[in-house]
Amino acid sequence: MANIMIQQGASGGLVFYLPKRDLEASIESIEFDTPEKWGGELKLDNGGTYFIDPIAKPARLPISLRAKRLGAAED
Amino acid sequence: MTTLSREETDALIAEVLEVYPEKAKKDRTKHLAVNDQTIEQSKKCITSNRKSLPGVMTIRGCAYAGSKGVVWGPIKDMIHISHGPVGCGQYSRAGRRNYYVGTTGVDTFGTMNFTSDFQEKDIVFGGDKKLAKLIEEIEELFPLNKGISVQSECPIGLIGDDIESVSKKAAKAIDKPVVPVRCEGFRGVSQSLGHHIANDAIRDWVLDKRDGQPFEGTPYDVAIIGDYNIGGDAWATRIILEEMGLRVVSQWSGDGTIAEMMNSPRVKLNLLHCYRSMNYISRHMEEKYGIPYIEYNFFGPTKIIESLRKIAAFFDDSIKEKTEAVIARYQPMMDAIIAKYRPRLEGKKVMLYVGGLRPRHVIGAYEDLGMEVIGTGYEFGHNDDYDRTIKEMGDATLLYDDVTGFELEEFVKKLKPDMVGSGIKEKYIFQKMGIPLRQMHSWDYSGPYHGYDGFAIFARDMDIALSSPVFGNLVPPWKKAAEEVKKAA
Ligand code: SF4
Repeated sequence: MANIMIQQGASGGLVFYLPKRDLEASIESIEFDTPEKWGGELKLDNGGTYFIDPIAKPARLPISLRAKRLGAAED
Repeated sequence: MTTLSREETDALIAEVLEVYPEKAKKDRTKHLAVNDQTIEQSKKCITSNRKSLPGVMTIRGCAYAGSKGVVWGPIKDMIHISHGPVGCGQYSRAGRRNYYVGTTGVDTFGTMNFTSDFQEKDIVFGGDKKLAKLIEEIEELFPLNKGISVQSECPIGLIGDDIESVSKKAAKAIDKPVVPVRCEGFRGVSQSLGHHIANDAIRDWVLDKRDGQPFEGTPYDVAIIGDYNIGGDAWATRIILEEMGLRVVSQWSGDGTIAEMMNSPRVKLNLLHCYRSMNYISRHMEEKYGIPYIEYNFFGPTKIIESLRKIAAFFDDSIKEKTEAVIARYQPMMDAIIAKYRPRLEGKKVMLYVGGLRPRHVIGAYEDLGMEVIGTGYEFGHNDDYDRTIKEMGDATLLYDDVTGFELEEFVKKLKPDMVGSGIKEKYIFQKMGIPLRQMHSWDYSGPYHGYDGFAIFARDMDIALSSPVFGNLVPPWKKAAEEVKKAA
């Protein structure tokens, strides 16, 4: 588990940030994206995948969350 | 002066790397790249923020340098203790030219060096008592200090001193913030981690200390983040922002105070200049306090105007109008500078190798003068820095990350730029090779370079360096004569 931050990107999409490794990547897909259920599997544009426990869609971004790494980014 | 095609640049990289052993070659290849503007993600072409290869000459610093030297050091009304042996602080003392207003030694302490001067017995028995005593003495000798930060040097982490508990106790005793910073030099691969650690320390020990206290805000409050006032940069920036009708609540951290930092969570917008060293705290403020941040660039009129409009877009029409008025007012001054210097500098080529933001930020300023940047690189940049750089640089130009002394020399020999912009460690090597160098860390003891006022100085300085007659006299007269004879024959 790692602390991550999800932000609104300038171009509209979501941006994933992993402070520990100072890794910034845009989120290509998010498993659940409804007002009640938001989160699940995150696919990043660098090939990595992470999982965040689904929560109600946050009213405001950025938000810090705990995420589990499913697949490492190719480096 | 040469412009290379993509293949030629590739060949150049391969040629320079030829001398390395197989393993080193493989590692260094990843850090050198030919710019391709079509790439969205820099990590497809360049690797950054990795451990430097043992045995090569790297120009990087340590985490302590990133925290004490860059982020904390310029906070002028605090005393920053270099906790550990005397050298780390003493040899870097006052080297960074972050100007400030105040009486040094009375209410400001920027250029002074405070150290716990570790001796053998402190390493063996621990230095916590010494630190406590030191803080007491500081309080007695410099009662006008507004707080103390403890910047750990390598040994502190190695012997496992508990600076946090000493700091907490001392903070209670003197009733001022005492901030322990775990920025031991061995952490991370470069000064970059030191920036991060310093940001985290500000977040945990400083930022929220005035939450809930009354504050008379205006809708136009902003904070300048990541401007260290090198040669007065932050002042040149502040003038413009104030003319736009904004109120600058705090400067992080050039000429800044701890009170300003504590007031920052009340601003409406954070203006982030050095993204590398202070994006962490900006992100935190965005999340916790809902303060958006924007990156801006105050080098050269093109980028200044772009940035001013971007900033003004966050505010109401009165600010937008004033911004346009500011742009219009300075335009004749900019036109005059460009008319004067552009004909002298047009077409000249520059190679840069600097720290965290200038390798991309100053490109616009050079272009305003008709000059071209043919190679650039960061000492300690990360992927997100290169993402931003790719778009600024021309196609097929050279990118080098954590370049070694050897590589940079070879690149310069082959590409023959008219000028190199880098630091003091490179300066005399290249000048002896006959290529003028301007220090782009300390502005070569000149500055400011930010803002409209800064551009005037920037243009003049570049002209001084390039037009200096000394570089035409590198060959002694007796050898010159021989050469001419040879040519004639
Ligand atoms: S690496 Fe350690 S010993 Fe060297 S300057 Fe940095 S803190 Fe001091």
